Amino acid sequence: MKYLDEFRDPNIVKKIVKDIKDTVTQPWVIMEICGGQTHSIIKNGIHQMLPEEITLVHGPGCPVCVTPLEMIDQAIAIAKTDGVIFTSFGDMLRVPGSHSDLLKAKSEGADVRMVYSPLEALKLAREHPDREVVFFAVGFETTAPGNAMAVYQAEKEGLTNFSELVSHVLVPPAMKALLDDPQNRVQAYLAAGHVCAVMGWEEYEPIVQTYNVPIVPTGFEPMDLMEGIRLAVGQLENGRADLENQYSRVVKRQGNTEAKKIINEVYQVCDRKWRGIGTIPLSGWRLNDEYQMYDAAKKFNVGSIETMESDVCISGIILQGLKKPPECPAFGKECTPEHPLGATMVSSEGACAAYYKYHR
Amino acid sequence: MCLAIPGKVIEIYEENGLTMGKIDYSGSQSTACLAYVPEAKTGQYVVVHAGFAISIMDEEEAQKVFEAWDEVTDAAREQGYNVTNEPLAEKNKRRS
Ligand code: SF4
Repeated sequence: MKYLDEFRDPNIVKKIVKDIKDTVTQPWVIMEICGGQTHSIIKNGIHQMLPEEITLVHGPGCPVCVTPLEMIDQAIAIAKTDGVIFTSFGDMLRVPGSHSDLLKAKSEGADVRMVYSPLEALKLAREHPDREVVFFAVGFETTAPGNAMAVYQAEKEGLTNFSELVSHVLVPPAMKALLDDPQNRVQAYLAAGHVCAVMGWEEYEPIVQTYNVPIVPTGFEPMDLMEGIRLAVGQLENGRADLENQYSRVVKRQGNTEAKKIINEVYQVCDRKWRGIGTIPLSGWRLNDEYQMYDAAKKFNVGSIETMESDVCISGIILQGLKKPPECPAFGKECTPEHPLGATMVSSEGACAAYYKYHR
Repeated sequence: MCLAIPGKVIEIYEENGLTMGKIDYSGSQSTACLAYVPEAKTGQYVVVHAGFAISIMDEEEAQKVFEAWDEVTDAAREQGYNVTNEPLAEKNKRRS
């Protein structure tokens, strides 16, 4: 496929690896933020091609993984409400809440539907004026343009039977939180290419300066990832810390200004709890005050649901890059993709599921 | 969840007040909202995530990455190494 296949050229990947080997003189720890990149790295064996000096750790960039348990429980409670059509991206359906998941709720009679785009949820609201249509608005900055547009359009069209259960997370505050942790090992970041396609990289520049850490917005194909690592290693070896854009075919400094306009119209920054990590200040989006009537948590009064986590799961430590999945005692035993104990085993972008699939 | 893939815009139309596009992904087609890429034209590649185009593919930039590495290959070839890739000059001839 054009603009995908070319970036999988093994000959060029090999050349980049050679260049990294020629450059590296000492150990470095680099974190890829995005779960999509983690998946691609493990699937393509990128981590195994690297010289042993370089350790890749897998970041918290899987929205499915970090969505807090109580949001899943709230989603299930709403989905089970009479008259509700609950819509969600497919990857949220199997995430275990405290007692159940959305697919199970569906098998028990709830009207849960998978949508590919939030506009499909809006279409359902138009077609079923007698029903309440709720969309589970999760994700990083990448999904926000669509999720914000659905609310913006609902308002424009006067659709009152549409609402969103919003659990949006933001990448830069999480990157800062990881660097602030006294146990931090990360020396350079591969920033999530598609998050940057939306937001640009201006907000990363202060992080580069304050923490003296190279940040390289990087794409998803093997060549992109290897090139991103090469750029990061080059900086580390030269004692530099800069913002260096690997993904220039997609990412521009200012990001997508049209998308940012609608996002800022509909959402505002708030504190957000991350599953496995805890609350990170100003690390999420919620609906703006003017759009509160589209807040499903309010509409269905589920905001007070509390939860319990499995106590064997170390996904929080894995999400911070402090341990690798096989170091978890439950990995591949009690915990498998069929019976996940923690969210990093549920999504194919979760580090545990990626290791389970490609590394046993 | 943040995976987005490039596809070619083959038709642009309006629906419910939003600019939409028919997108071709090497043969399989679907639709995407183009509201965030108002400059997009048919024939251009856009990067689509969850039904929304979030960026227009910068074809010149895409090309540059290859050329940089092709130059490395060319240099190695000139130094007498046995490299199998097609020389950059030949590739450019084919492209134009
Ligand atoms: S293997 Fe399962 S239990 Fe262990 S950290 Fe991963 S998700 Fe949690």
